[in-house]
Amino acid sequence: MMTNVGNRITQGQFSFLPPLTDKQISAQIKYALKNGWAIGIEYTDDPHPRNTYWEMFGNPMFDLKDPAGILSEINDCRKTYPNHYIRVTAFNSTRGVESPTMSYIVNRPKKEPGFGVVRQEVDGRSIRYTIHSYATDKAESERY
Amino acid sequence: MKKPSKELAPFDTDSVDLGAEFRASNIKEVLDKLDLELIGLKPVKTRIRETAALLLVDRVRKKLDLTAGAPSLHMCFTGNPGTGKTTVALRMSEILHRLGYVREGHLVSVTRDDLVGQYIGHTAPKTKEVLKKAMGGVLFIDEAYYLYKPENERDYGAESIEILLQAMENNRDDLVVILAGYKDRMDKFFHSNPGMRSRIAHHIDFPDYNADELLAIAKLMLAAQNYRFSPEGEKTFGDYIRLRMKLEHFANARSIRNALDRARLRQANRLFEGTKKSLAKIDLMTLEAEDIAASRVFLEGKLDGEPNTGTEIKK
Repeated sequence: MMTNVGNRITQGQFSFLPPLTDKQISAQIKYALKNGWAIGIEYTDDPHPRNTYWEMFGNPMFDLKDPAGILSEINDCRKTYPNHYIRVTAFNSTRGVESPTMSYIVNRPKKEPGFGVVRQEVDGRSIRYTIHSYATDKAESERY
Repeated sequence: MKKPSKELAPFDTDSVDLGAEFRASNIKEVLDKLDLELIGLKPVKTRIRETAALLLVDRVRKKLDLTAGAPSLHMCFTGNPGTGKTTVALRMSEILHRLGYVREGHLVSVTRDDLVGQYIGHTAPKTKEVLKKAMGGVLFIDEAYYLYKPENERDYGAESIEILLQAMENNRDDLVVILAGYKDRMDKFFHSNPGMRSRIAHHIDFPDYNADELLAIAKLMLAAQNYRFSPEGEKTFGDYIRLRMKLEHFANARSIRNALDRARLRQANRLFEGTKKSLAKIDLMTLEAEDIAASRVFLEGKLDGEPNTGTEIKK
């Protein structure tokens, strides 16, 4: 399946690399903190690429100096949602930017079924294509 | 600092130069600054020196693969108001940073309000947020005994203490907690929270200053603001300190700072109302005896800043 190379979705930064270790995550967080970006932890079990807004785990974290606090929060989130997608987002609040500047996945489900193509016949002989996550066929808490 | 003997590791001939390590850490600079800027406080300085030595030796040991767990450095500062607890805490974070014990070396200073929430479920996130902010540095909890209010069993302070204890145990590498407060109330606080007491390895008591030390502190404070005493001014201020120490609400260095601020006020007024038209730089810098002698501590044996019609101070 072309949308699911290696059975893992590729969204955000570093997603073609092997999973980041905690040390590497800390280093990335440190970079974000150095630039004064606020860091938020988000999770979801609906990884459709158009699903932009994931659920926040706790409040976004401002004014931190050290990655240790964020890493412990990530680990809390992993403990609560071991089989969800979890990503770390760094928000740049500079006027005129005001948007996430970093985003990378730090936790994924053990099995990622990926997406299938859905063909819909519409007016005349036209066909509309879209992708559909196999996981979302199930109810919210049973997806992965 | 003594040179280490060659027998540091019995089966190893490796040796390290403790002196070189000491110089590399720049710790001497901080300790000297501490000596210079903090008057008195002998027991505090000794304790800081000991802590610095321990951390330095630990670092050297690590180089020789003599591992030991990171020492617990949570501290408790007790002492009367104005004895320099906050100042020392600030310096402490710098020392710990230089020795590589904390990664960032910032000081997060909080009181009960920053830790304890207003309603159920508010306290834990609030305390955790503060802890996260303090990670990599020093968390300074001023007036820590307010966290625990035994008279109200539904007070959320206990919840906050619980989270603090957990963080002090689990995040020992990430964070140093310093509690500060008045001696008797801190003792009561520890009595009702034995878990807290056992997790704090260093209890440092800040002694009160004597009159000479206070005068030295006053001179330091003035120098920092580009003021100075005239010779008579200094003598009068010495008298002022002795009188003031006998009155109530005496808060050591803090009272001195307030007295100096009032003396500056009177000096400004004197210069303003004076007949002298042109003022030299030295006039603007000097506090004269009359600026200090105008204090009500001299005239009426009362505190400045009390209302005029106020009653006599009860002793």
